[in-house]
Amino acid sequence: MRVRLAAIVVGVALLTFGATAALAQSLMNGAGATFPYPIYSKWFDEYAKVEPGIRFNYQSIGSGGGIRQITERTVDFGATDGPMTDEQLKKAPGELLHIPTVLGAVVATYNLPGNPKLKFTPDVLADIFLGKITKWNDDRIRAVNAGASLPNQPILVVHRSDGSGTTYIWVDYLCKISPEWDKLVGRGTSVKWPVGLGGKGNEGVAGQVKNTPGALGYVELAYATTNKLPVAEIRNQAGKFVEPTIDSTTAAAASVAKTMPADFRVSLTNAPGDKAYPIASFTWLLVYRDQADAGKGRALAKFLWWASHEGQRYAADLLYAPLPAEVVKQIERKVKEITFQGKPLLASVDR
Amino acid sequence: MRALPGGLEAMAGPGLRRRARIRVSGDRVFAGVLRVVAASFVGLVLALVVTLVVAAVPAIRTFGWRFIVGTNWDPVAESFGALPFIYGTLLSSLVAMVLAVPLGIGAAIFLAELAPFWIRPPIGFLIELLAAVPSVVYGLWGIFVLAPLMRVWVQPALGASLGFLPLFQGAPYGVGMLTAGIILAIMTVPFITTVGREVLLAVPNHQREAALALGATRWETTRMAVLNYARSGLIGAVLLGLGRALGETMAVTMVIGNRPEISASLFAPGYTMASVLANEFTEATSDVYLAALVEIGLLLLIVTVVVNALARLLVWSVGGTVAKVRE
Repeated sequence: MRVRLAAIVVGVALLTFGATAALAQSLMNGAGATFPYPIYSKWFDEYAKVEPGIRFNYQSIGSGGGIRQITERTVDFGATDGPMTDEQLKKAPGELLHIPTVLGAVVATYNLPGNPKLKFTPDVLADIFLGKITKWNDDRIRAVNAGASLPNQPILVVHRSDGSGTTYIWVDYLCKISPEWDKLVGRGTSVKWPVGLGGKGNEGVAGQVKNTPGALGYVELAYATTNKLPVAEIRNQAGKFVEPTIDSTTAAAASVAKTMPADFRVSLTNAPGDKAYPIASFTWLLVYRDQADAGKGRALAKFLWWASHEGQRYAADLLYAPLPAEVVKQIERKVKEITFQGKPLLASVDR
Repeated sequence: MRALPGGLEAMAGPGLRRRARIRVSGDRVFAGVLRVVAASFVGLVLALVVTLVVAAVPAIRTFGWRFIVGTNWDPVAESFGALPFIYGTLLSSLVAMVLAVPLGIGAAIFLAELAPFWIRPPIGFLIELLAAVPSVVYGLWGIFVLAPLMRVWVQPALGASLGFLPLFQGAPYGVGMLTAGIILAIMTVPFITTVGREVLLAVPNHQREAALALGATRWETTRMAVLNYARSGLIGAVLLGLGRALGETMAVTMVIGNRPEISASLFAPGYTMASVLANEFTEATSDVYLAALVEIGLLLLIVTVVVNALARLLVWSVGGTVAKVRE
């Protein structure tokens, strides 16, 4: 009995030792946004098959936490749904790069008898969220929804109560299309809502909308699709009503590719393209341009390259919109700018 | 009783006395260890307060007293006032206690005094099970089951019958202060009942026998001999429940509506201190914003301490007058 116990102890010790040795290869720590967490964990899984030497550890603690941790250099990479402000970038000990990974969209969902297909113009959407349009049978809603039967019922606005990238994208859009919203409320991951109730998370908003006739809220496209929620078409900058889909989200990114700023800190809301859905956004990984460790830095750069190429194949299955080809080209150049002590890390890996 | 150990020692031989001395030094070690344990709690609370105060300094400096009396919460403009959250925490816990105390104590009395013996273990088990359900489950049940029930049945009925009171006015959203209070009541009842039952069972039987022998009815026995005797223990049970209600986060966040406004109506959406922490802490990036949230955490700690102290004072003063009247 005792001999067997000793054998087990030695075995476990050996296993632990072996595992520690494997760990010593390379562990990349990351933290940040919750929205892209499903695709990131899929990538880390798949990438382990390509590069077995690297393990990723990602904590989805929210964009704010991701920005704080990468600024303090407690992680190797951060992740955020909203670009860092100039002020935040200044606080970082080195130059931080924003690398777009995938795209997401935010959709308007509602609860009306029979759930007719609805269309919204930007001004109507803004005035509903400002509390100026309060009834579903308002003339301005009816004007663009000729076929739909709209009840004489109050509109109950439902928004996210938790700070989130989803909220940022939604109010960023409202800021762009409504000067009044911009002045009165502004943009942020949490704002002071003029009207409505707050639900926690996508499920909180969707639950409240589903349970309340006359409710109107916003959720992520992926959440609306998996739960088969009714979603509204929104009129984009080009004057076309566009249904939120993966394709129309990618189209939004494609339409700003020509005017893309060098640091990728761009808002995709109210994008100009004909087919562009207007409430879309990149989500970014945050990495230092000059890496502190040559081995880790090279591994990170190679992963970013893989994610923006092979990795994009996994996006649509998980209901994220893949990056358009034009943007991938721009990312290639950016990833090659990653250095260790001034020397580029990817130059030798040209593919 | 107390004289007995001394008497024993007098009778004992030298061997026993030596063992007693060893026991005394063992007692000292034991007491020392316990003192360290107790002191560590004091240290922990102090460390908590110090950490919170230090992290809240930017907000305390920027807003001062306006933070506590202000009603505007605007993260974009970085203007923060916590009054709606304080109000929401206090009101939702008050609603919860109004519902939970009679229910919880009533169930405890039933289980300890009246219920047939064979039924006590299964009911006790079920109530303890309720205490073990994670709060997020209560929260999801709240939005998908309780809130629709409230919107379709309870709130219209209350509005029609008691709508003349400002408490029951306004549009029925399903979620809001009342729904949050009900969820909290459901969550605190098991605590009050479980602890309350143990307290009542600890009441010595001669108390009951004496009352019954004097010709008291069942109710009189329970009221005078049992409840009176167990009073401080029952207060402990209620305070335990109150503590849970004040600090509860997930379940409340799901059903309170998360709107930082002060309204007299229980139908209106509200917000609590714990909820705003859970909602906004992860995404707060600016220093003042973060400090404001930490200051809310500090206020929550202070409110909890103050409410507990007030509850004890209230009960002591009431208990004191009752005792005096009896004299």
